[in-house]
Amino acid sequence: MSAFKFPESIRSRPVYGILEPRPGRSHLMIADCEGAEAILGLAVRTPHLMANTHIIFIPNGTKFGTKLQALNPAQYYEGPSYAAALSRIQRVLSDAAMGLQIYLAGTEGMMGQAQNEAMQAGYDYTAIQTEHRGSVARRMQCVHCKGITEDVIIDPFKCSHCGLNLFVRDHYSRRIAAFQGVCIDAENPGNVPPSTELYS
Amino acid sequence: MTIQFNDETFRDDYSFSNSQRAKDRFPFPFHEDSYMYSINMEQHQGGPADSIYEKRFDVDEHYLAEMRDRALVLADDPLRCQSLPHMTLAGWDLLELIMVSKSEDYPELFELHRNGFKWHWINKPMGIEDHFVFMDETTLPYGPMEYITRQTQGDFCVLDQREDNLWMDAGMVTTQADWSLDFDIGMNFFEWHAPVPLAHEKGIFKRALKFLLSIQQGAPARRLNWTMTVNPLLDTSPENYHKWGVQKNTLTPENLGSKQHLRVELQTFFRLPRSNGLVFPIRCYLMSFQDIMAKPKWGRRLHRVVRDLPEELATYKGFIDNRPMMLDFLAQYDDGLPTSFGVWADEHSEPSLKK
Amino acid sequence: MNAPAPNSTAPKVVGAEKIKVVVSAIVPLNNLVTRFEFKRAGGGQFPTFSGGAHTVVEMQDGDFKRINPYSLMSDPADRDTYAISVRRDDQGRGGSLFLHQKVQVGATMTLSFPVNLFSLDLRARKHLFVAGGIGITPFMSQIKQLDAVHGNWELHYSCRNPELGSYVDELTTKYAHSVNVYYDDKKQLIDLENLLDGQPIGTHLYVCGPKGMIDWVRTTAAAAGWPDAHVHHEEFLAPQPGKPFAVRLAKSGLSVEVGEHESLLEAIERLGVEPPYLCRGGACGQCETDVLESEGTFIHRDHWLEDDEKSSGVKIMPCVSRFEGKTLVLDR
Repeated sequence: MSAFKFPESIRSRPVYGILEPRPGRSHLMIADCEGAEAILGLAVRTPHLMANTHIIFIPNGTKFGTKLQALNPAQYYEGPSYAAALSRIQRVLSDAAMGLQIYLAGTEGMMGQAQNEAMQAGYDYTAIQTEHRGSVARRMQCVHCKGITEDVIIDPFKCSHCGLNLFVRDHYSRRIAAFQGVCIDAENPGNVPPSTELYS
Repeated sequence: MTIQFNDETFRDDYSFSNSQRAKDRFPFPFHEDSYMYSINMEQHQGGPADSIYEKRFDVDEHYLAEMRDRALVLADDPLRCQSLPHMTLAGWDLLELIMVSKSEDYPELFELHRNGFKWHWINKPMGIEDHFVFMDETTLPYGPMEYITRQTQGDFCVLDQREDNLWMDAGMVTTQADWSLDFDIGMNFFEWHAPVPLAHEKGIFKRALKFLLSIQQGAPARRLNWTMTVNPLLDTSPENYHKWGVQKNTLTPENLGSKQHLRVELQTFFRLPRSNGLVFPIRCYLMSFQDIMAKPKWGRRLHRVVRDLPEELATYKGFIDNRPMMLDFLAQYDDGLPTSFGVWADEHSEPSLKK
Repeated sequence: MNAPAPNSTAPKVVGAEKIKVVVSAIVPLNNLVTRFEFKRAGGGQFPTFSGGAHTVVEMQDGDFKRINPYSLMSDPADRDTYAISVRRDDQGRGGSLFLHQKVQVGATMTLSFPVNLFSLDLRARKHLFVAGGIGITPFMSQIKQLDAVHGNWELHYSCRNPELGSYVDELTTKYAHSVNVYYDDKKQLIDLENLLDGQPIGTHLYVCGPKGMIDWVRTTAAAAGWPDAHVHHEEFLAPQPGKPFAVRLAKSGLSVEVGEHESLLEAIERLGVEPPYLCRGGACGQCETDVLESEGTFIHRDHWLEDDEKSSGVKIMPCVSRFEGKTLVLDR
């Protein structure tokens, strides 16, 4: 099973739903890893969407590509990483017209970044659907040096830029598409508790 | 009255101090011997003569030192001042509000001369004089919000109002109680308050938002908030927490009275006319524990408030570890006598310490 | 008492100052619509405002104080004059008839500070306006605001016929490329589906007009996949007449009979009790009142209360809603 139920948290922490078909002139679906399963599920329920759908998929070693392609969407792209797919996503958004529906599925880091791109294109974030699948690792911003550390799965962790020991907060910024990491031993330097895996 | 501006610092040697006048007008925030969140809003339409409530934007003896400190913070980290692209109009609203208010309230310090869109601004204490075209950013050295808030004490959150919510879409934040504008910019009212414990459950934010959404032009509001700071450090930012956090560990029973400061925020709220936004200035007043103890009523009360504060709040406000040492100090100033209701020190009617 | 309000947990609404004005011009635009222009009594400048704002006009009609909201349709940057445009409603409660028939140049009135419940979303890449009839008024000030900063906007304005097309000439002369006018009498309809199709991402849609038009635009936009956050509407309700009913105000210890042509809010005010308000049209939420006791049926007409608040009968918006039954006790 790739779906994970996040415990209840503070109001800034994103909440994910289940993708549902909505009326629209065109549909943009972006997924990474097991997020593909959410799109496959949506397509089984509403196959007619595919005629106006552009799928952007980042497999990261998963094997869903063939199945997604078999949905026969209007456009299909597979990219080796989010960074590689980014310029395509930006181009699709800048060409888009109102009536576009946006569906994101997969890891929090990918969904957050894609949501941010859509917001910057002028699309209100409340209209973007998200469904979490796969890893619960987080994209973290160090509040001190501003560097982003990807795929953080332990708490506390070491900032990959400045090396400070950071604890993982649930406070989340859509604009940065990251959770906040704050120095854990600021008041007692060197006093860092052992790391544990998130949600363990 | 003429203000003598202090030559002082809020960092390194911490030469900050309050004059007798500043001590007398300090906004002690507790109206009774205990504290719990409340919305505690009232109109911001003046107040007693010489109180911090009298003018729309209070200018006091710390003005020049605070502006020097702000310039240092911004030179070190320009991200402390940000404005999303759609907030420029609100920035002009804010510039107009402050220039008009200060020139009317402190004519001996500030002058504004307007001829249509050609404006002439004089800030005598800071030695600034600029001619510019209102609504034309190219005629000012900074964007309108940054220009005017480099000349005004307090942090400024400039909020956009849409979809029955308020959005933190611009701000100048260099004297904050441990929150990051760079991280929180773009968040709505509930999101930027998300880390605050207990208040969401009590429905405080829902009601506060309803109140703020209905603030009208010509009817600003205000409230007080508070926290604790070791040393008179204005810039208690998360960005630099790894540098200043360790100062919390420098408290000793001997130095606590002078090092531990009560930090009070005068929060005001003004509707911005052209943008329909809202500006939320947060003005910080600092006073050391030993200066507070000079007012017997405040001494008794601060002990009781700190002692009885719920653990979640003491943790959130960042003094849970130091609370026992603070209480040892404060207990010396609490003789158990009752206190009068209200925030004022009532020095003429309250008994002196019976210990 | 100027110290922070002690102990107050319930927010009190801060009373805004009001503006005394003199009617400086009355300009009939056509058979139904007249523009009223105001200067500040005693001289001085008005506050600036944001496009889409309204003012609540207080009119003394003999012993009766009429209080109606109207969109400010003058240029927000013009601080010498405020203007409203009022459509005469012969079947209405008399506010518009009073303005049309009894008010003359030189008369004094009281205006509220501007309040905006229909402001522009300043993030928009493009503003798409749809107006019906007198619903043009909020767009007049929004267009002036946007024009001053070279904003990207487009207006689609539907009126009954050329005679009743208020401001059509001004708009089509000044903004020929941005304004499209449709006349019902000539069977010209806004081709909405086509209009909505292909609008650039980041467009915001605004509609003001009769209820049927607002519903049509919102439904069509939703069916075309427009997010709610991109669709804005303004609809002030006028209080509707109804059967008289009795109400008791628990806090004040007063009782009153609400007349057939009077709103509950007006009846409460008649007793000298003054609930706060910003719109008097069921939209702003300020006059929300707790119901302490009731035996009967509520006629909720506002856009403010949640459905469960309406069905449970614990709250009422006295500006537009009524009651039929034996007992009604309010927390006022």
